[in-house]
Amino acid sequence: MSQKPLPDHNPLPMKERMKLDRQRMPERPPEERAKCFQEVNLGFGEDLAKQESLRCLSCQKPTCVTACPVSVKVKDFIDLILAGDYLGAAAKIREDNVLPGVTGRVCPQEDQCEGGCTVGKKKEPVGIGYLERFVADWEQRSGVIGLPERAPATGKKVAIIGSGPAGLSCAGDLIQRGHQVRVFEALHDLGGVLAYGIPEFRLPRSIVKQEIENMKKMGVEFETDCVVGRTVTIDELFHDEGYSAVFVATGAGLPQFMKIPGENLNGVYSANEFLTRVNLMRAYRFPEYDEPVYNCKDQDVAVIGGGNTAMDAARVSLRLGAKNVYLIYRRSEKEMPARIEEVHHAKDEGIQILALNNPVAYLGEERVTAVRVQKQELGEPDASGRRRPIPIPGSEYEIPVSVVIIAVGTTANPLVQATTPGLQTNKKNYIVADPETLRTSREGVFAGGDIVTGAATVILAMGAGRKAAASIHDWLTTGVWKPGNGQPAAPLAATAD
Amino acid sequence: MFPIVEARTLAPDIRQLTIFAPRIARRQKPGQFVIVRVHERGERIPLTIAAADPLEGHITIIVQAVGKTTALLNLLRAGDALLDVVGPLGKPSEMENFGTAVVIGGGVGTAIAFPTAKALKQAGNHVIFILGARNKELLLLENEIRAVADELIVMTDDGSYGTKGFVTDALKKLLDEGQKIDHVLAIGPIPMMKAVAGVTRPLMIKTVVSLNSIMVDGTGMCGGCRVGIDGDSQFACVDGPEFDAHQVDFDLLTRRNRAYRELEVSSMADFTDDPMPDIELMRAAGQLGAGDLEPIPARLRSVAR
Ligand SMILES: Cc1cc2nc3c(=O)[nH]c(=O)nc-3n(C[C@H](O)[C@H](O)[C@H](O)COP(=O)(O)OP(=O)(O)OC[C@H]3O[C@@H](n4cnc5c(N)ncnc54)[C@H](O)[C@@H]3O)c2cc1C
Ligand SMILES: Cc1cc2nc3c(=O)[nH]c(=O)nc-3n(C[C@H](O)[C@H](O)[C@H](O)COP(=O)(O)OP(=O)(O)OC[C@H]3O[C@@H](n4cnc5c(N)ncnc54)[C@H](O)[C@@H]3O)c2cc1C
Ligand code: FES
Repeated sequence: MSQKPLPDHNPLPMKERMKLDRQRMPERPPEERAKCFQEVNLGFGEDLAKQESLRCLSCQKPTCVTACPVSVKVKDFIDLILAGDYLGAAAKIREDNVLPGVTGRVCPQEDQCEGGCTVGKKKEPVGIGYLERFVADWEQRSGVIGLPERAPATGKKVAIIGSGPAGLSCAGDLIQRGHQVRVFEALHDLGGVLAYGIPEFRLPRSIVKQEIENMKKMGVEFETDCVVGRTVTIDELFHDEGYSAVFVATGAGLPQFMKIPGENLNGVYSANEFLTRVNLMRAYRFPEYDEPVYNCKDQDVAVIGGGNTAMDAARVSLRLGAKNVYLIYRRSEKEMPARIEEVHHAKDEGIQILALNNPVAYLGEERVTAVRVQKQELGEPDASGRRRPIPIPGSEYEIPVSVVIIAVGTTANPLVQATTPGLQTNKKNYIVADPETLRTSREGVFAGGDIVTGAATVILAMGAGRKAAASIHDWLTTGVWKPGNGQPAAPLAATAD
Repeated sequence: MFPIVEARTLAPDIRQLTIFAPRIARRQKPGQFVIVRVHERGERIPLTIAAADPLEGHITIIVQAVGKTTALLNLLRAGDALLDVVGPLGKPSEMENFGTAVVIGGGVGTAIAFPTAKALKQAGNHVIFILGARNKELLLLENEIRAVADELIVMTDDGSYGTKGFVTDALKKLLDEGQKIDHVLAIGPIPMMKAVAGVTRPLMIKTVVSLNSIMVDGTGMCGGCRVGIDGDSQFACVDGPEFDAHQVDFDLLTRRNRAYRELEVSSMADFTDDPMPDIELMRAAGQLGAGDLEPIPARLRSVAR
């Protein structure tokens, strides 16, 4: 990456910078937000953004940049904020990250950019995520989104399967390079997990919609209601529809169940079903919208799991009026894979976290009336590096609940694999792709995002989309199906339990 | 948007809609279904593809009005459009020359069974179709079936046409008469499918049923359509919708299909009180063709349970 060093607009001497405390994100009060779907974080205004930016040390070797999966030029964009050039800051982020309004809201920053921040060694790290969101929102409000230029048309067609972050970022890059791009989506709405999974109070739909509108303006075509593998196959896309390359970005959307008694009782949902009913189908506005969901009003709800999905499900059920929401997690709170901010927000809103507890059965006749839980203690670390939960015999007890939401992880979406001969998959049915080039075992077919790594993060999926775009561009321009030297990507450990 | 190219009434509350959906028409196989969403605020509901014309790009669905979405669907005419139609979903019916195949259709299940019956015939089977309905007026596709099946037996609950009795009576009679049966496909109300399974189980006649579980996405993503098969859970949308009847937990299916009864009834009551908000929504979205809608039938009121 060649970049000329930007002037440092920070008027403060280093020592002064270290004295400043991290600015707090203004948020809707817990009592108010627990009842509505409006966004929890209210965003920085100009003053707060400048205040927070002053804390940046303008490191010579910015470790925040290396800690970001797509190497957003953090130091440079913060400098542009200090210069008052917010649109310039947004453009700077967009060089590496096409969905800043999304990642500024949902990235696990504490593990990524902010985890690498030098200030963070002595004090709280610079609020990079908040700043990213600030410039993205500024840009969106200004209405002047500098659409990148398109290279002259190459006449080549690329099909992208899945409109989640991986598919969208790949589409954005390829269209700039002059290729014709069409995104196929199984659902009726675009965005993948951003549309059906992550709730409105964390990621307003308008943010996602705006980004997709931008892509449409740049010429990306979208086809919803098309399940590749059922409605059309990859072979047909190549042979009948004239595509030269296909990027598979179908995500890890299949819910896992625990196969314990009572899981099929009415009122026991997978997190995907519950969140899809509420987020995608707007069941929280029934009867204005037709999709039903169990009335959580004054009910006791159990959510199983400790990831972002579990946190979201718990907070959604609270907003549907639940009286008590228990988040049942088999390890200790320290091991929970959810973003720290979400755990804090959930607790502030009144979610009751029952760590070191695991459900063993659901009870009820027609509808679930209770969950039987067994207490756990922690043993040695397991393959995931986290300490293994060990059941404590005789510790079972029951909690009365009338809605249960299971969020213990997802697996590979299988439809494409099942209908694409010669596409190599691993034991768990994830698609095998070269980590450098994202090539699969089928010529012209690339894959990335959760369908390759297992459930991961938005930014990693976006990074994969960009990598795939570069690699697809190479394939389209050279026609050489380069052997890569990397090993096929190994799936990450599932992070959702 | 997916334009409706033809719409007609087959029986009271049962309409046949032909829809322009070329991708689906090209790939559809008997036993598969689509998921439709009528308008922007609508829910997603599954409906079997009753027929397809790949050259014209048409698919046909047959819809019985049982609740709000199906009632609304049944008000639409040629020239109107559905917002979303996705498919073909589900596994196609298992198709081979079994020998003698008995196809049992109860109520609107007849429409679901018909394309598979046709394919069974084409695969070389001797096809006996047992067609059941509450009364003569509700009988579906009689002429179409007559043209395809080797034998047709009509049963009505009230004896207003054909023989008085249930489809299982006809099936038992065939068996009593010593008819060799190699394969049974039964599609209809859950109690009917359960009863058929009860008849064929002791004789170990392979019996297939199509399960109408509640669905959302139809791609295996939500897990809401899970059904009990041989003590295990499977997803009707991707593992089915057809399953071995002898392994199905019908009571569980009945229970899960009742899950939203109260909300569905209130939704239907609101709609019959005043269908205009839905109609206005569709009009604003340009989904309604020129001219007025079908007159809203007074009988809609009787459909809400
Ligand atoms: C509730 C929830 C909360 C989360 N919270 C966070 C968070 O705070 N921060 C974070 O970084 N990550 C979070 N994640 C994880 C993150 O959302 C995923 O890692 C990311 O979305 C993966 O992107 P993707 O593009 O690979 O797939 P997805 O976003 O899953 O998109 C795949 C798309 O492909 C479509 N599709 C699937 N099969 C087909 C087919 N055959 N034909 C056509 N289309 C198909 C699907 O309908 C879907 O739209 C969360 C996940 C969930 C479920
Ligand atoms: C694979 C499959 C194929 C089907 N094929 C046909 C067909 O060809 N013709 C036909 O008339 N009907 C068919 N059905 C049934 C049809 O989907 C339901 O009648 C319809 O969803 C009812 O919606 P509603 O809003 O009108 O009624 P509601 O008042 O919402 O519900 C009435 C009953 O329909 C069932 N139901 C409700 N919502 C759904 C849903 N999203 N998915 C499935 N069932 C639901 C429930 O048992 C409910 O009690 C099929 C169902 C499945 C699963
Ligand atoms: S309908 Fe969602 S998994 Fe079958």
